[in-house]
Amino acid sequence: MALRRVIPCLDIDSGRVVKGTNFVGLRDAGDPVELAERYDAEGADELVFLDIGASHEGRETITELARRTADNVFIPFVIGGGIRSVADAQAVLDAGADKVSVNSSALARPALISELAEVFGSQCVVVAIDARRRSTGSSASRPGPAGSVAASASPPCDAPPGYFGESLEFDVYVNGGRALVPEREAVAWAREATERGAGEVLLTSMDRDGTTDGYDLELTRAVADAVTVPVIASGGAGELTHLVDAIAEGGADAVLCASIFHYREYTVAEAKRTLAEAGIEVRR
Amino acid sequence: MTRILILDYGMGNLRSVEKAFERVGAEVSIASDAARASRADGLVLPGVGAFPRAMERVTELGLDRLLSERLDAGTPVLGICLGFELLFESSDELGGAEGLGLLAGEVSGLDAPGLKVPHIGWEPVRWRVASELTEGIDEGTPFYFVHGFAPRPGDPGDVLGVAEHGTSFVCAVARPPLYGFQFHPEKSSAAGLRLLSNFVRVCAEVLV
Repeated sequence: MALRRVIPCLDIDSGRVVKGTNFVGLRDAGDPVELAERYDAEGADELVFLDIGASHEGRETITELARRTADNVFIPFVIGGGIRSVADAQAVLDAGADKVSVNSSALARPALISELAEVFGSQCVVVAIDARRRSTGSSASRPGPAGSVAASASPPCDAPPGYFGESLEFDVYVNGGRALVPEREAVAWAREATERGAGEVLLTSMDRDGTTDGYDLELTRAVADAVTVPVIASGGAGELTHLVDAIAEGGADAVLCASIFHYREYTVAEAKRTLAEAGIEVRR
Repeated sequence: MTRILILDYGMGNLRSVEKAFERVGAEVSIASDAARASRADGLVLPGVGAFPRAMERVTELGLDRLLSERLDAGTPVLGICLGFELLFESSDELGGAEGLGLLAGEVSGLDAPGLKVPHIGWEPVRWRVASELTEGIDEGTPFYFVHGFAPRPGDPGDVLGVAEHGTSFVCAVARPPLYGFQFHPEKSSAAGLRLLSNFVRVCAEVLV
């Protein structure tokens, strides 16, 4: 059983880090490779680079980023954003990336997942899913402020979702949470994507992303229970105990963080220590 | 400067291995010809993919004979991942194939009931014997694995390290000057670079 992983995520546009750039002590705060080297030194288990610009003309830029990362960083890394074909994936894998992550391109054409898995193997294919809780009228499916399901009038207790028969469902979004994908439910999509050959699910809660309220544990648990591949929890980490919760309660195999590391609130080493103290086996 | 030659037989991306050896101060080249190999202080057999196809490519290029000759001449050789599996006599992957037979034993699918195969991720490695290759690397240090198969060495004396995925499996061998790792040192951060640096030092010592 592999050790649980802590994965810093870097959002990239035109080859530069586009958020969380207020670093101290870096020669060039916007340089993703310099940041990646620091995370490697701090004990990051893996890195995710998400090309949020992901324009066609940006392909060469992201390939060059993969190349420079492979030259300087000696841990596995994932490139996501703008991978629409086997050729797109081939370019960044040849440059030294270990995995590619697909999101909207896989939703637009799910066969892409199996094409990538057949050529490169499932271990190279991550499916990223941006999920948001489905509003179901009066049912208690809206997130509460502190990570619990809000105690609405009915049910008048903190019974788990599904206890009274209502099912917890999640919509799938693309374009950074701006566009709803019709006729898709996130847990079902995660299952389908892994059946098509995805080797890992990078699961982001759009309800929690940017809130620092903690990961959506019910979403994470629902997907972790639905698939047989590792799940990376993402969206909402504000405290190191949130990382513990995502693994211990959410069933995640890995936790992805952006802002808590970028803004130097915590180091990766501190995150590892907190996980280890909670009895979770990590690399230190 | 110690010259390391990475043997290219068209299986997988060699860039990360190349850059990792550069990082630890070696002079690295990538090739598959005997002339270059005879000038190298150490040879590396990497590889990603399926065993039978890899052995086809290795024999087509004459790398089987080349490796035997260089080992007989005392040149250190390091197999990584699939290149590590190829060092053994055979594998049962995809209908099976003969290996290089430089080490006794067979390669077979991981025995990991209830766990995921391929086995992917960081796993602690326990060293079975002291070796100049593992100098400075603590017992239980995790390394990065991506594999569905593992060897069962015929000679227990060849075993350098073991890891666990459901059951214990051999993930490092040493029969100087021949060495091999199932995991990817080039993706295993500082500990992986230390292993490669130790290998380069072994190559330099042989040279003297």
